[in-house]
Amino acid sequence: MYSEKVMDHFTNPRNMGELENPSGVGTVGNAKCGDIMRIYLDIDENHIINDCKFKTFGCGAAVATSSMATELVKGKTIEEALLVTNKAVMEALDGLPPVKVHCSLLAEEAIHAALWDYAKKNDIVIEGLKEPKQDISEEEHEDEEY
Amino acid sequence: MDKFIYLDNAATTRTAPEVVNAMIPYFSEHYGNASSIYRLGTESKRAIMQSREVIAKSLNADPLEIYFTAGGTEADNWALIAAAESGEGRGRHIITSKIEHHAVLHTCQYLEKRGYEITYIDVDEKGIIRLEDLKKAVRKDTILISVMFANNEIGTIQPIKQIGEIAKENGILFHTDAVQAYGHLAIDVEELNIDLLSASGHKLYGPKGIGFLYIRKGVKIRSFIHGGAQERKRRAGTENVPGIAGLGMAAKLAFSQMEERAGKIQKLRDYLIERIGNEIPYCRLNGDRERRLPNNVNFSFQFIEGESLLIMLDMKGICASSGSACTSGSLDPSHVLLAIGLPHEIAHGSLRLTLSEENTIEELDETVEAIKEAVGKLRQMSPLYEDFIKKQNKI
Repeated sequence: MYSEKVMDHFTNPRNMGELENPSGVGTVGNAKCGDIMRIYLDIDENHIINDCKFKTFGCGAAVATSSMATELVKGKTIEEALLVTNKAVMEALDGLPPVKVHCSLLAEEAIHAALWDYAKKNDIVIEGLKEPKQDISEEEHEDEEY
Repeated sequence: MDKFIYLDNAATTRTAPEVVNAMIPYFSEHYGNASSIYRLGTESKRAIMQSREVIAKSLNADPLEIYFTAGGTEADNWALIAAAESGEGRGRHIITSKIEHHAVLHTCQYLEKRGYEITYIDVDEKGIIRLEDLKKAVRKDTILISVMFANNEIGTIQPIKQIGEIAKENGILFHTDAVQAYGHLAIDVEELNIDLLSASGHKLYGPKGIGFLYIRKGVKIRSFIHGGAQERKRRAGTENVPGIAGLGMAAKLAFSQMEERAGKIQKLRDYLIERIGNEIPYCRLNGDRERRLPNNVNFSFQFIEGESLLIMLDMKGICASSGSACTSGSLDPSHVLLAIGLPHEIAHGSLRLTLSEENTIEELDETVEAIKEAVGKLRQMSPLYEDFIKKQNKI
């Protein structure tokens, strides 16, 4: 059901772990829905993301999207990191099954949450960054009735 | 596929070679329609009769009380919908439990939309219904009680005899979904006061696509599939003769070796429960320790999610299942695990291992090691585990 890339990032997750004095940390998701993602960012004075780590409680897709998201933002500037959307994460993973699209949304949201934390700590405003939703849960759609 | 360890026998079982052999003649040799007059047809008819007899005997029922269906789900749909419609004159209230299979629960929801009232009774933390709750739920207009014999996820066996008594005392029809129990546990429909019972072939080393509904003589429920005169006009459609022959053989094997088989599987089960429970921290056994199916093991591992665990086990060739949302196709974890009171995040981390007599201790040892490794890896990845450890270090 998963692409080879997803399986690769699930079995060999990149940047899994914690950072000791992170510039920003973001945790999003909801244990109720079975997904929680935490992203740690280390950002230098030039606004470049030097290091990025993640921890995830969730399914295979959740782990893979977190791993890919950290790969995509590492070495980027804050402005560039903001352009890493869920679509970009999905494309980099060669797609996700439709029921797992919300995992990629979670990854985007986790990065934004970590950036938001960084901005708050440093009392700066990052243009284009909105306060992240802590709790992402898709609305379930009623099945079609016959 | 290379070597694998199959621990998902509640999902389906490997068709026994004896069963396959019993089916083969009815494809290209005795392929006649059982309704035909000529001898070729009578061969098919005889095979159906024989299976019907074996199954009837296994339940202490009459052969004419066994109606073949295309499986357990059809039998459940038939029992509930037809019993509801037949009982309409007396009332429109049905009692069931919160941990039924979707074949029952979704049929109940269908009936609700059509004006029936359903009471879903709770279960205790082991997954067993409380008889007091059942008694309290009974009303004058209750027409049917449907409670599963044994649960497919956590293996809990319900107090079927007492439920049957309550139903009988109140003149209410009693249906039980015995899909997980039939062929694994002794069932006597007379002793247990069962009016309707659903079963499926592929859960007892029989073929898929065949099952039956036991309907007690005298119980008036309408036919479900309309057409020809098959199954005493109650379930039309040319009989699945190879399937029926296979189911008959599977039942024969199951009931002639039941105790021996159950004893063997139960030993494997207890070994697995013991090892997992002792060797993996922060886990819990779901379901009752004693009143459970001989083949069922169900654990929740804190701080991890089930689908990830299944993928890791699959990579080691181990076939298992989980009650996590990701495996159910919705955002909610298994309704059974929620009904026994598990918080969502713990329900997401469940693992079901269901055994057969073909499993070996070596396979189980390999499985325990694989679970340990996978759970360890996933906990290292889990922010919930990180928070838990940090909190502990503070104390």
